Amino acid sequence: MNAITKPSRRGVLGTAVAAAGAFTFGFRFPAPSKALAQGAAAPASPEINAWVVVKPDDTVIIRIARSEMGQGTLTGLAQMVAEELECDWAKVTTEYPTPGQNLARGRIWGNMSTGGSRGIRDSHEYVRKGGAAARMMLVQAAANGWGVAPGECRAANSVITHTPTGRTTTFGAVAEAAMRLTAPAAADVPLKDPRDWKLIGQPVARLDTRAKLNGSQVYGMDLKLPGMLNAAIHACPVFGGTVAAVDSAEAERMPGVKRVLRVGDNAVAVVADTWWRAHKALEAVKITWNNGEHANASSAAFRDVMMQAFDAPQAAVGNRNGDAAAAIAGAARKVEAIYGYPHQNHACMEVMNATAVWTPERCEVWTPTQNGEAAHAATAEASGLPPARCEVHKIHLGGGFGRRGAVHDWVRQVVAIAKEMPGTPIKLIWTREEDMLQGRFHPVTMCKLTAGLDAQGNLTGLQMRISGQSIVAGIFPQNIRDGRDPVVFQGLNAGGGEADIGYSFPNLLIDHAMRNPHVPPGFWRGVNLNQNAIYLECFLDEVAHAAGKDPLEFRRSLMANHPKHLAVLNAVAERAGWGTPAAAVNGQAVHRGLCVTHGFGAYVAACAEVSVSDAGEVKVHRIIAATDPGHAVNPQQIAAQVEGSFVYGLSAALYGECTVKDGRIEQTNFDSYPVMRMIDMPKVETIVLPTGGFWGGVGEPTIAVAAPAVLNAIFAATGKRIRQLPLQQADLRRT
Amino acid sequence: MAKLNVNGRVIEVQVEDDTPLLWVLREQLELTGTKYGCGIAQCGACTVHVDGVATRSCAMPVSAFDENQKIVTIEGLSPDSSHPIQQAWLALDVPQCGFCQSGMIMAAAALLANTPRPTEQQIREEVTNICRCGTYNRVLAGIQRAAGTAGAAG
Repeated sequence: MNAITKPSRRGVLGTAVAAAGAFTFGFRFPAPSKALAQGAAAPASPEINAWVVVKPDDTVIIRIARSEMGQGTLTGLAQMVAEELECDWAKVTTEYPTPGQNLARGRIWGNMSTGGSRGIRDSHEYVRKGGAAARMMLVQAAANGWGVAPGECRAANSVITHTPTGRTTTFGAVAEAAMRLTAPAAADVPLKDPRDWKLIGQPVARLDTRAKLNGSQVYGMDLKLPGMLNAAIHACPVFGGTVAAVDSAEAERMPGVKRVLRVGDNAVAVVADTWWRAHKALEAVKITWNNGEHANASSAAFRDVMMQAFDAPQAAVGNRNGDAAAAIAGAARKVEAIYGYPHQNHACMEVMNATAVWTPERCEVWTPTQNGEAAHAATAEASGLPPARCEVHKIHLGGGFGRRGAVHDWVRQVVAIAKEMPGTPIKLIWTREEDMLQGRFHPVTMCKLTAGLDAQGNLTGLQMRISGQSIVAGIFPQNIRDGRDPVVFQGLNAGGGEADIGYSFPNLLIDHAMRNPHVPPGFWRGVNLNQNAIYLECFLDEVAHAAGKDPLEFRRSLMANHPKHLAVLNAVAERAGWGTPAAAVNGQAVHRGLCVTHGFGAYVAACAEVSVSDAGEVKVHRIIAATDPGHAVNPQQIAAQVEGSFVYGLSAALYGECTVKDGRIEQTNFDSYPVMRMIDMPKVETIVLPTGGFWGGVGEPTIAVAAPAVLNAIFAATGKRIRQLPLQQADLRRT
Repeated sequence: MAKLNVNGRVIEVQVEDDTPLLWVLREQLELTGTKYGCGIAQCGACTVHVDGVATRSCAMPVSAFDENQKIVTIEGLSPDSSHPIQQAWLALDVPQCGFCQSGMIMAAAALLANTPRPTEQQIREEVTNICRCGTYNRVLAGIQRAAGTAGAAG
């Protein structure tokens, strides 16, 4: 994971300077030359500080540093600034500052990375302080105008009132004066007590809905720049392979084609007037690949590697107390199981794309990205220009899920192409097939679990040996210390408040034998919590049954020291009516399964209600989900994230698998990589339990409880344990 | 060359015959509200109306159309986002990333045009578009709201 550099408090609030030419959303045809000119200094409405612009008509523009990809962060962050600013919510609009501006202003907007469910929880303090500082300056400006003390004035709904006299003015009227004032030091900017929040915690409507209803929202794929050409690309489908030879004679004669060129050592692109013509011509290019050393790699062979690692003497320890091996050796009974989780593609609805224009002096990129700063760094590196001569314009994402955050392979490609055609804007769009083959995949892992039970059925020791792929080793190898990937134990950590195990075991050993295949890994929404929750929560279900105990009671007996985990588990069990039979649906018996975990700083639990027909068809009828994110900024958007998490998590559980044969991914589109549709969608009941005092993420943790809850319910329905995903490969027919 | 009737206007475009309708809409006509998602009529992001029928435009060559077929895209569904589906979507905050929503809205609008009061099961079977953010439950509720069947037993 990226090291998070905390912006200095002073730096974050900053002082007003002439605002750089911030690109607002919805721009459609920005001329690159004009964009270049605006990069320096454009006349702008008064910037009170980096976070707040107030126009004379009282419109408030709130700057949002994180990316909006559907998760609602744009609205949530604006709510937090507006809460302290005391502006009229109806007059709020938003804009993204650019990574280039962030660099030029000493990272005044802090970290732009939008992953790990960090959008709200990592920036809540400084964005609220940004709003509060701007309000203080506006009030000071009004007080100065009246010749009164600012303490006698109060702001509400974008109106400032001098309380003793009842005089009023508006934010817009004093904005010009306010921007000339010195910003207060961050330490002198108090924040409201959460009990006084009026906007935070309210289920307000999203700010970005209207443009998504009539086709006017511009995504990266929709951009059009004057003089722009379009590019299609094909990279070697075997990871690590290269281009050996290219025969482009036929393609170059096709209509609209401008160039056929190699991109790096592993890809070929066609540039044409339209994308469709570029795509057609690329199909006519005869490419000979050098498939390299992984030409024979397969999923089956890598499974053997992971299985062998269960007995490897070397493994990095994630969590240990007591002597698990001795406890299990001396146990009255032993329970053992092996689980596995496959590679999966993010499959964002919007395929990878970017637009770039390169000149010897400057390079600009327009792209949907979860991390504008990382896209900026990739642009600088690929362009051969210093970062100060590069700019990235962020565009709302058509899905991110982790694919558009850590690596910007498509940005490097488009810059390389643009560099070959100086001054001409190039838009690169991948096909779905390219997107499927060139993913950054959910890591493949397996887990061997062993538990010891005493004569009374009490768990005396637990061992978990995880084997397989490390995301960090593939993306940020510098963060691997002594062979240990710190992220691989998500949800299994002894403490830390980020992703902690919810049970106390008398003897415990969790370790990881890292084995990395040639398939490049990526942070995939939910990350390592996805498989770890399955491994632990399904196995505990197995152990409970082996001990002859109710799965809920068995869990509870281990959770005395984990009250927040317990609270969300109890909430779903109570709502579901655990312990009483579920009503049958259409004559099919309905069974329940539970799961609880902690990840991205939030506590989550689910109870799934499932039926399995005689023919083995699984139907998920209802899922009850509870989440404790500490503070809840927008409950209706939390509900949307929880519902969406079940779609993503159940797609993975039911269908998601990318397999490798002859070194390449076999699944190429939604016909071979099915995902969940409305027909499969269960009812979801979301319980938001904000206990306060901490800030947890909501975009990801719930994904991890989807599969285990369903798998445990399937066991309750059929007596069959599914230990290898996806479900569609399991035979659940009654025999 | 092809002659198309799009959003009430007859337009001539100079393209190869095998160009999918989707790419003519997006590139020649600059109607980019209709999205490319898969290219094989699997995901529905490219859904438009052809004579009122929800049609996946990514896998239909432009040569399959003539000026007598009325093509409506998301941009032509209503002049001011006032279609009942758009209004319901706004009321329920249906979209997340929004990329699939043009197709989703067009599929839902076509369903209601042909089946004004669909059952829940009909909605689930007829609207087969893919949404990766997972808006399905709000899509379902939005269609029921627009149809006036919200709260009715499916």
